[in-house]
Parts: sequence; C-alpha cells; structure tokens
Amino acid sequence: MKFSGFSLISEYFIMAWTALKSHKLRSVLTTLGILIGVTTIITIFTTIQGLNEYVIGQLSNIGSSTVYVEKFPWVIQGDFWKYRNRKNVTYKEYEALQKFSKQADYIAPAVMTFKTVKYKSEVYERVPIVGTSDQYKDTDNVAPAAGRFLTEMDISRNHRVCVLGDDVAKNLFKQESPIGKRIKVGPDKYRVIGVNEKQGKVFGQSMDNYVLVPYGTFRGIFSGHRGMRIAMNVTDVSKVEELKDEIRGIMRKTRKIAADDDDDFAINQQDQLTQLYQNITGTLFAIIFVIGGISLLVGGIGITNIMLVSVTERTREIGIRKAIGAKRKNILSQFVLESVAIASIGGIIGIIFGYFGGSAVLSQMELSTGVSLTSILVGFGFSSFTGVAAGFYPAWKAAKMNPIDSLHYE
Amino acid sequence: MLIDVQNLKKIYRLGDIEVPAIRGINMSIELNEYLAIMGPSGSGKSTLMNIIGCLDVPTEGTYILDKKDVSQLNDDELAEIRNKKIGFVFQTFNLLPRADALHNVELPLIYSGATRVKRRQMAVEALEKVGLADRMDHKPSELSGGQRQRVAIARALVNDPAIILADEPTGNLDSNTGEEIMEIFQQLHNAGNTIILITHEEYIANHSQRVIRLLDGLVQSDEKKSEKN
Repeated sequence: MKFSGFSLISEYFIMAWTALKSHKLRSVLTTLGILIGVTTIITIFTTIQGLNEYVIGQLSNIGSSTVYVEKFPWVIQGDFWKYRNRKNVTYKEYEALQKFSKQADYIAPAVMTFKTVKYKSEVYERVPIVGTSDQYKDTDNVAPAAGRFLTEMDISRNHRVCVLGDDVAKNLFKQESPIGKRIKVGPDKYRVIGVNEKQGKVFGQSMDNYVLVPYGTFRGIFSGHRGMRIAMNVTDVSKVEELKDEIRGIMRKTRKIAADDDDDFAINQQDQLTQLYQNITGTLFAIIFVIGGISLLVGGIGITNIMLVSVTERTREIGIRKAIGAKRKNILSQFVLESVAIASIGGIIGIIFGYFGGSAVLSQMELSTGVSLTSILVGFGFSSFTGVAAGFYPAWKAAKMNPIDSLHYE
Repeated sequence: MLIDVQNLKKIYRLGDIEVPAIRGINMSIELNEYLAIMGPSGSGKSTLMNIIGCLDVPTEGTYILDKKDVSQLNDDELAEIRNKKIGFVFQTFNLLPRADALHNVELPLIYSGATRVKRRQMAVEALEKVGLADRMDHKPSELSGGQRQRVAIARALVNDPAIILADEPTGNLDSNTGEEIMEIFQQLHNAGNTIILITHEEYIANHSQRVIRLLDGLVQSDEKKSEKN
C-alpha cells in the first residue's frame, strides 16, 4: 500500500508535467509572477545574509570586553539636542578612572588629530594621529608586526616616538624598513619604533591608517582641549557590566553629578552597534516578507486564475478520470500538485536568479557570498506554499465535479 | 445473480418541478449475460445506464451489484466500485488525448494502486486482447476511430470488471468498423465477461442474447433470444 501510494504521487508529477508541457507559454507566463517574487526575496535575503556575516565579523573586531568612555553614545536615540552641550572627556577623568577602577585590566586614553606625515620625498596627507598609552595595544587589540609597541617609559617620559599603522608604513616606506627612521608628523620629527599588524577594513574604511604617539607628547605639541576617548578592558567578559557600573560611579563622582541628574557622558560598547544593526536588518527582513508576500499573492492569484481555466478546459478529462475510478482526493491532489509544480518551477528559477542577484549586489560592495540553505528553503517554502494555496480552490472545484455532467462537457 | 435492481426510481428536480426519468424498474442480470438496453431518447436508458454504471445513485429503490448494495453510496465509494467492478466503453471513446494508448489503458490501475510494473504488464495484456499490441505508444490522435474504441475497450477490461458497460459503442464508427468492435464484444462474452450494451440501433442489439426495451422510464419488454443466432 505504501509502495502504491508512492507510485501514485510520482504519477501525479508525471500528469502535472504533461499538463504543463502541453501549454508551455501559458505555464511560463503563469510562473513569472512567482519567479519575480522569489527572485526579489532571495536577492534581498542573500544580500542581507552576506552583509550580516560581514558586519557581525567586523563588529567582533571591536572586542566585546572593551568599553569606551566618550562624550556621545554611538547610537543616539531620541533628542540629539540634549547631548549637544556635553563636556569633553578629559585627561583628568582618565587619571581618575585609572586611579579608582578596580575592575579594568587595561585602560588607554585616545585623542586624535589629522596631520600630514612625511618621510624624505614621500608625503602622506590627513593621517589620523592618535595620542595614547602603552595599554592601547590591549584595549584596542593591536600588535606590532615589526619593532615594538609604545612602552610605559615612552609614555612617562613623553618620548618623540611613534608606531605606524600598516597603511602609513607602506605609503611612506616603499622599500626600506621603517624601524628607527625619523618621520615628520606636522612640523615635528618622530622616530618610528614599530609597525602594527594589518587589520584590514571595517565597513570599507581602512583600520591601518594611523600614527600612534605617546599621549603626553601629543598633548605637548597639539595641545587644545580635544575630546578624549578612554578605552577600558576587562579580560573576563562576564565582568563587563560591573566595569560599566564602576565607570559610571567614578565619572559621576569626578564630574560631581547630582544624584537625580542624568549622566553627561557615554559608555559605549560593541553590542550597541550589533543591536542597532540587528534592529535595522530586522526591519529589512519584515519589509522583504511584506514585499515578497505581496508579489507571491499576485503570482498566486495568477496561478489560481490559470488553474480555474485549466480545470474548465479539462472538465472532460476529469469526467473520464472519475468514471474509471478516481476519487475526490485523487483529482484534488492532481490539480494541487500541478499548481505546486508551476509555483515551484518559478520558485527554483527565482532562487537561482535571486542568488545571482544577491551575489551581484554583494560583489559591488566587495563582499563574498555563500549559498545558504536557509535562502533555498525560504524560496522553496514560499513558492510551494503559494502553489498549494493558489491551487486548492480550483482543485477542489475539479474534485467535486459530477462525473456524468463532466463526461458530456464539450 | 450479478445485478439485482428493485423498484428503481430516479427523479430530477428542475427548480420546483420534479421530472421522473425512471419510474420503477425491476431487472436482474446473471453472470456472463450479453444484454442490450434499448429505448428511444427520453425513455430513461441513459439514466439507467448511469445508475448501473455507479455514476449516479437512484432516488428510490435498491441496486445490488455483485452482492453489494450500491444504491446509497457516496461519491468516493462509488468511484471505488466503478474502478473495480465496471468497465466503461463510450460512444465518443473518452480517451485522454495527451496520453498514449498504453497509458490510457493503465489509468484505472493507477487509481486502484497497482505498482508500475504490474500496471504495465496488465495494460499490455489488455491491449493484446483487442489486437492493438503494435499501437501501444500511439496517442489517440494517431489512431483511427476503431483503434481508439479498441483502446477504450482495453481500458474497460484491464481491471477485470464484473460488467462491461458500453454506451452506443459503435455510434461514432462506420458500419464495417462497428462490426469489428461488435466482434470484440462477442469474443469478450465468449471469454466469460458480462456485457451490457446501451443502444438504439436494432442491428447492434441483435448481437446480444437478451434485449430490455424501456419506454417512459419503465421496462416495456424483456426478451431472451433463442439460440438461433
């Protein structure tokens, strides 16, 4: 019985295929709606998935156990104006955090300006110059590929030394080794003590375009009350929340914020960006499902329409099948399966087109794509569901036809 | 007794009007009878054929087919009876145009759940019986009228039904071809099949052993012929 059931199903497929083949143009036109719908869904789906992989990967470069004390939050929600009059984070606050924080394993300040950097005849403009400390390598996860990093002594004695990002090193030193050479940062000369490992791009922006100098040296030369970013890191990720509480306490005390006033500084962390990103893609997914749903609805109505025509045209065939013993469920299955076949063919082509569409979009962004099982399942699921839903009514109409009348239908 | 029909009535409702098509028919048919049902149009012979063929159920009365009361079955139960017990041969052949001869003959077996191999074997045998073994892969459009009707007969035979019900089987054929078809029925009868012909042509009815004539929804006469034919 099981075996014959299977043979019946394969028979339905043959019937569906024969029926579709005998009206090639009609079948193609009918499946077009589903094809376009699924192509749209899979294109966007593939694109978002590619982006996801990339963005999540990129965000994880910002260590999850590092928090940044800054003037503004990374993600501003609500009224921007209430952030506008905030004070810069200062060196004094850095010192307070350094002195009182028990949770932080590493702490590094960072102030930044843009300067032209020169070595012999090579000139490299608008390079971010960052004043920081030796602990920057732990908070921001960089490591020297050549030479050494800043040391406590460089910091405490305000040495005129610098560590280069990979881009800067490559731009200034075509052939020779940068270590020990003197470069000009703005008007002043610095000795290169190290070159950091290449970090690549995050969101298309190079992470290797910087010159690190000791914080004190930076302050002495560029002065000004620049906004500071203080990076603090705990090795144990589970302690991050405690660290943030502690930072809040120290900052509020240092800034003498009254108990019922809000913080006037921000403690930023990677998960803010992750969350923001997930909110955006969540909305995008909802939009795809609505757009995809609409196009599949339209495609589905097209299929229902054609199936109704097909059922009427084949009234006599239905009569013959019933006369020789087809039950209602046989006729129902035959026509539902035919409708599913139309929709699935559109779905399969749509998956292929959508995959290429998505890959094209991603390659424009210089991102890689992978074939995802999810997107195939989504495309296939959407289209076969549409097939069942669109074909059910016509099939039901066929199934309950009276054999006598349908045999005499001309 | 293969078929036992008692006080069979069929009344159609057209709005508020009741139209009786058959008004109380009694008859019984034995195994391996070769029978013709005749009558002018409006006599109720199509209605009677539909009921005997389990395409329809009577409004009143009982119909016992092969020891089973089939007068009050639902659609799907009737479909199963048609599949297993009845082989139809129609005036207009009623083959599936896109399927070849073999597939047309296989069709009843698909619905009875036979396996692919079994189906093929049985369909080939049935086509051999009607002399069409060499035309199995032809579509109906590639066959002559007589050949199409032979495919239809093979389809009717293939499930080894209790009765073969032929509705004007030669109506769309020229007289020579018609004779060939009647010969096949004769052979099937000789081989033990029960055959019911529905016709209004005397010369077709003459092939049978027994003729039931209907008029105005009632049996007018029921005569068995002597063995002189």
